[in-house]
Amino acid sequence: MEYSAKVIDIFKNPRNAGSLRGANAVGKVGNSACGDIMKIYLYINDEGVIEEAKFKTFGCAAAIAATSVACDMIKGMTIEEALEVKNSQVIDYLGGLPPQKIHCSLLAEEAIHAAIEDYYRRKEKEAKDEPDGDEDEE
Amino acid sequence: MERRVYLDNAATTYVSSEVLNEMLPCFNAVYGNSSSLHSFGREASHIIDRARDRVCKAINASKPNEIYFTSGGTEANNWAIKGIAYANKHKGKHIITSQIEHDSVLEACRALEREGFEVTYLPVDEYGLVSLASLLHNIRKDTILVSIMSVNNEVGTIQNIKAIAKTAHENGILFHTDAVQAIGAVKIDVQDMEIDLMTMSAHKIYGPKGVGALYVKNGVKIDPLIDGGNQERGKRGGTTNVPAIAGFGKAVEIATRDLVVNQQKLKAIRNYFLDKVMERIPYVKLNGHPQQKIQGTVNLSFELIEGESILMLLDLNGVAVSTGSACTSGSLEPSHVLKAMGLSDELAQGSIRFSFGKSISKDDVDYAIDKLAEAVEKLRSISPLTKAGRKKEKN
Repeated sequence: MEYSAKVIDIFKNPRNAGSLRGANAVGKVGNSACGDIMKIYLYINDEGVIEEAKFKTFGCAAAIAATSVACDMIKGMTIEEALEVKNSQVIDYLGGLPPQKIHCSLLAEEAIHAAIEDYYRRKEKEAKDEPDGDEDEE
Repeated sequence: MERRVYLDNAATTYVSSEVLNEMLPCFNAVYGNSSSLHSFGREASHIIDRARDRVCKAINASKPNEIYFTSGGTEANNWAIKGIAYANKHKGKHIITSQIEHDSVLEACRALEREGFEVTYLPVDEYGLVSLASLLHNIRKDTILVSIMSVNNEVGTIQNIKAIAKTAHENGILFHTDAVQAIGAVKIDVQDMEIDLMTMSAHKIYGPKGVGALYVKNGVKIDPLIDGGNQERGKRGGTTNVPAIAGFGKAVEIATRDLVVNQQKLKAIRNYFLDKVMERIPYVKLNGHPQQKIQGTVNLSFELIEGESILMLLDLNGVAVSTGSACTSGSLEPSHVLKAMGLSDELAQGSIRFSFGKSISKDDVDYAIDKLAEAVEKLRSISPLTKAGRKKEKN
């Protein structure tokens, strides 16, 4: 098994790593049994555009690189556009993934979806309660 | 090339120059087929004889003809398990092994299960030890073989081989041990330890890859696994690999000769390494037995992070280690050894094996520790897991 130069490069210097103060959408997927846990933090503005995306990942080099790339890709996208991002795009961006690592790209796609679901959940809750601004994570 | 430090000697070792010098003439100067009757063949045959004598002496076998050369540990394990099963199936179809064996034992057993044999995989305690009580409890009237490894390859735990062998014999059962990680690390005396069959390999003890041996005590009935010519007294077909066998013989001789010195050196390195790691890195767990272990292998779990990413960061800095994380195996399951020892998924995923070689320097260890501390800190800074969070989950 060998990683592409791109995967190694991003793994070495991941962009968007860390939690996000003021995030209003947080998605967490995976479990330690399968070896990968990804958490994506988003700040989505009132126009529904993802202004900021960050991540924290427990996992292998491919998992870390995939989440980093996923955050890069969805920054500046609307929610609808972000929901259209496919794992194959993550793989392409990474210059390919070894076959046993394809699931890392799928997990990154799932993490985006989980974060956006969380956003909708929070909006619903806000609509029900008194809306009082963004919820902070951490 | 930047600095490189090899801490994966349990995976394989370099070929030492003493061994290499023993091998080199066998590639071109002495190139006869050891089965041939002419002088070229006889020369090759003498080299094989000498290697067999050396292995015999190193493990205190009673006769050199109890040593059968193979293509390595995997073949020897397959042969021991299947060869004994087939030769003794009229007596019974039950085999006992442990959950922490090498894949070549486990998969050979699973292959036999598909053919109608029954296999019991004994559990181990948190340190990786097989208990005599559980062995006794699982012995049946139709048990024909007990196979327990001498030293575990992932955590370095040493089993109570003599006691296990005695227990098997008291019940009329043959005993096999995979001693691939034990040669050169613990004193092996097949007669004193009552071993009937024992697997050995060259490339873990500064010998070449692709060669090993199975010790089969005279009188033990075993079917051949590889049919062919009359090599190895008709028990293992295939033209004998003279250079590899010559190297193996020398490697076993040296490993036994230098055992005490090497283990003393490795013990000092191990203690130094562990002290420094524990001092610099929090939340580290030592896997394996605190006393009953070989010195060269240290298995650590780094909490909150995953092993393959630690391995990769170390590799980017020239430090070579291995991991029990699922990521490297291609499956989604972490190390079967660490799981059998009761480690949580997260700790098994975060495990790294450091295995030291005899030519390691303190400088190398210092460099590796620096890079390790950096890698762990970097990965923990981007991990979604926290100590506080984990305690919460547990409660």
